[in-house]
Amino acid sequence: MKNDTTTQSRRTFLKATALTGGGMILGIHWLSGATTTPAASGLDLVKDTYVFNGHIKITSDNIIQIMSQNPEFGQNVKTSLPMIVAEELDADWKNVIVEQAPFDLKLYTRQFAGGSQSVKTTWKALRTAGATARQMLREATAQFWNVPLEEVTTKAGVLYHSKSEKSVTYGEMAAKAAEIPVPKDVKLKEIKDFNIVRSPRKNVEGINIVTGKPLFGLDYRQKDMLIAMVERPPAFGLKLKSYDAKAVLKMPGIKKVFTIQVFPEKYERQIFDTRTFNELVVVVGKTTWEVMNARKKLKVEWQPITTSIECVHTFSSERDETIPAGLESTDNHYLKMVERSAQPATELRKDGDPETAFKNAAQIIERTYTAPFLAHNMMEPINCFALVTDTEAFFAAPLQAPEYAEKTLATRLGLPLEKIEIQMTRMGGGFGRRAYAHYMVEAALISQQAKAPIKLIYTREDDMTYGIYRPSYTATYRAALDADKNLIAFHVKGGGVPEHPIAADRFPASAVDHYLAEGWEIPSNITIGAFRAPRSNFNAAAEQSFLDELAAAMGKDPIEFRLQLLQRAKDNPVGKHDNYDPDRYAGVLKLVREKSGWGKPENAQKSRGVAAYFCHNSYAAHVIDLTMKDGEPVVENVYSAIDCGIVINLDAATNMVEGAVIDGIGNAMYGALTLKDGIPQQNNFNQYRMIRHHEAPKKVDVHFVQNDIDPTGLGEPPFPPVFAALANALYKATGKRFYTQPFSAELERRQGD
Amino acid sequence: MAKFNLKINGETHRLDVDPTTPMLWVLRDHLNLQGTKYGCGVAACGACTVHLNGYAVRSCQLPVSTVKDQEITTIEGLSANGDHPVQQAWLEHDVAQCGYCQAGQIMNAVSLLKLNPNPTDEDIESAMSGNICRCATYLRIKAAIKTAAPK
Repeated sequence: MKNDTTTQSRRTFLKATALTGGGMILGIHWLSGATTTPAASGLDLVKDTYVFNGHIKITSDNIIQIMSQNPEFGQNVKTSLPMIVAEELDADWKNVIVEQAPFDLKLYTRQFAGGSQSVKTTWKALRTAGATARQMLREATAQFWNVPLEEVTTKAGVLYHSKSEKSVTYGEMAAKAAEIPVPKDVKLKEIKDFNIVRSPRKNVEGINIVTGKPLFGLDYRQKDMLIAMVERPPAFGLKLKSYDAKAVLKMPGIKKVFTIQVFPEKYERQIFDTRTFNELVVVVGKTTWEVMNARKKLKVEWQPITTSIECVHTFSSERDETIPAGLESTDNHYLKMVERSAQPATELRKDGDPETAFKNAAQIIERTYTAPFLAHNMMEPINCFALVTDTEAFFAAPLQAPEYAEKTLATRLGLPLEKIEIQMTRMGGGFGRRAYAHYMVEAALISQQAKAPIKLIYTREDDMTYGIYRPSYTATYRAALDADKNLIAFHVKGGGVPEHPIAADRFPASAVDHYLAEGWEIPSNITIGAFRAPRSNFNAAAEQSFLDELAAAMGKDPIEFRLQLLQRAKDNPVGKHDNYDPDRYAGVLKLVREKSGWGKPENAQKSRGVAAYFCHNSYAAHVIDLTMKDGEPVVENVYSAIDCGIVINLDAATNMVEGAVIDGIGNAMYGALTLKDGIPQQNNFNQYRMIRHHEAPKKVDVHFVQNDIDPTGLGEPPFPPVFAALANALYKATGKRFYTQPFSAELERRQGD
Repeated sequence: MAKFNLKINGETHRLDVDPTTPMLWVLRDHLNLQGTKYGCGVAACGACTVHLNGYAVRSCQLPVSTVKDQEITTIEGLSANGDHPVQQAWLEHDVAQCGYCQAGQIMNAVSLLKLNPNPTDEDIESAMSGNICRCATYLRIKAAIKTAAPK
């Protein structure tokens, strides 16, 4: 993991162009804050905005506009990405205003919120954009003052020539600098010289959030916009048979009722084209309340689906997906998972001779972990504004993956890509759910058919019962110990409905001589999708609980046990070993051990659990301390240690880890979407238990490993190990292991025994 | 449909609307006050919290016909420029992640402090437990309320 200090090849987005007419946007007279005057600098007073590249505009009145290219869903990229640009530009953060960039792949790459990769994948491009504009400003200034380029320095948005004691602001030089040919191979800053990145900066949207400005998709309006809602089957496994809208059409405000086909027959789905119900009844009307009420008068008959096969393209391959007929239930899923897990599975990785090792073991420990479907439950329900005509389409929507959405919309509408315009609104949460843009296709078809600008709104019930859930998983872990209680073999066999979670090359692969990972899947008509740290959010819960139990059986301290395994993976790795970095993994364990006072006598009485995990390129470890009160756990302290490389915005990153910890405790304790005869049994927050204020830990103490590694991502990695740290702490508090999520249901069952 | 005169953020608004319409949708759809958020529609999340005569209510459960001449305050009317001590405390602690629930959290917190100017941690947890934050910024919300309390 080296840092890049050279720039990437010249890109079209770095082409400098000047744009006129924007300099007045803030109405701030440039003289009011400037330290030099036009007379002193010899510049003309031209209030223009100059575009240096897709990321940077500078006005002649010294306002630095930085475009934030990625969708914002609370991960704070709207602040952190511009910080990276501003750092290399050497701008004064006080003079920076941030704008949401348009979705435009000619200007930006990977405008995607997901995989914890917004910072990781834009890091170099954003630094280059900032450094390139700074270089252009320096070159223009050197020419203007007729001094050598090397003698022109910058600090906080001002250019200096120390020998002649001259200075000029970026704004004053913007017109000239924007004319400079775009330099190649600009030098990036030394990391030690950072003064914006690595410092805490407030959320640029903070004031708009606390004053209730219309930032979100649901807040977007256009003149004469109509409201649309969709009626879909009440259960997975059903489809539309017929409907009667007579009563609905008599209701006040109602304009139209019709059906839409989300995708045509034999449509080949792209990666984020998951949709649960293909045919929907649409009610369009004037206001939300009118449409909500009228919808209740719809008379719809549903019929069972027949088993079908759909071609699905993923990032790397294509496959046929079976969607079985039937009305599925959670109880039945669990029975089927037990049956299926006893049968042979697909081998995903094998090192050494695990079969013989288990045969010769002095002791075998075997445990099975199970978890339910989870609903994303973003606070802002699914919605999308669409205005579609015969020749073009405009969307304003909260969405995570515009690039994929645009392609799907263009295909479905039969329009060229350049006729699709997508405005990315702020998202009221995403957690993976808003990568699946079926709701945009629905909105497009509704606008097309209604011949009007429309806003599609899902009610909370629609949002929670539609599907695209975190799958339901189970995994059986086995460990073989020799007579001296050494770990000689490790076996994980995991499956799920409808996908398995196993990441075969992850820790403790490469740390055990004999290792076997297997997976199996049960087809289902319950639709699934990415949910904060997909698969990892289950794997960490299971594996890290198992390692805790294993360490106890071996008579080892759980942190020391993991460190020994990691040392083995480092010194003498078994088999393929390119997945995790044992040093960084050990680093977070050592840091959390130190910060939590692990093993110290004063903490001996605490019910504390530890867990760590690597996913999405970063490392996280947590120690949780809890007490039991009236049969419920009260989490007192959480200590978190994270290695995500360079931290861009320390306070925001801390906020994100605090949130991930509480989110993890909430989902582990309470999260569950259960089904009966295809019907989701929870459809709103009065039935689906979310963690609330009084259930949050009293304190979360967040620490980052200090290193100069390029950023590796933060949104997801802290989340998965929380589940296991909690399970391990619960064991200390109750003397019982927790194998089945949600843990609150498990606690209740035990209290009933 | 029925005609109503509503006192919202210090101004009187006349409108003709279905009397069963919850204030949430009156604010959002009829008056273009988008700061009050829809989260659940069943008073289980707190995103739609506004003040009725100065105290927190869930606007999704408040039919417009029941308001009569009572004063409604929304997040837009809490202060002129975001300078209410609770809003300022929210900025100081940089509470928000996605931010969607925060208007409701702030309106609930302002109401709490009016009733209990010096709340304990338990008071805050209890009073705020009806407001869900899916990003789980609960610790910062609590810290911000404690900062705002003496002001």
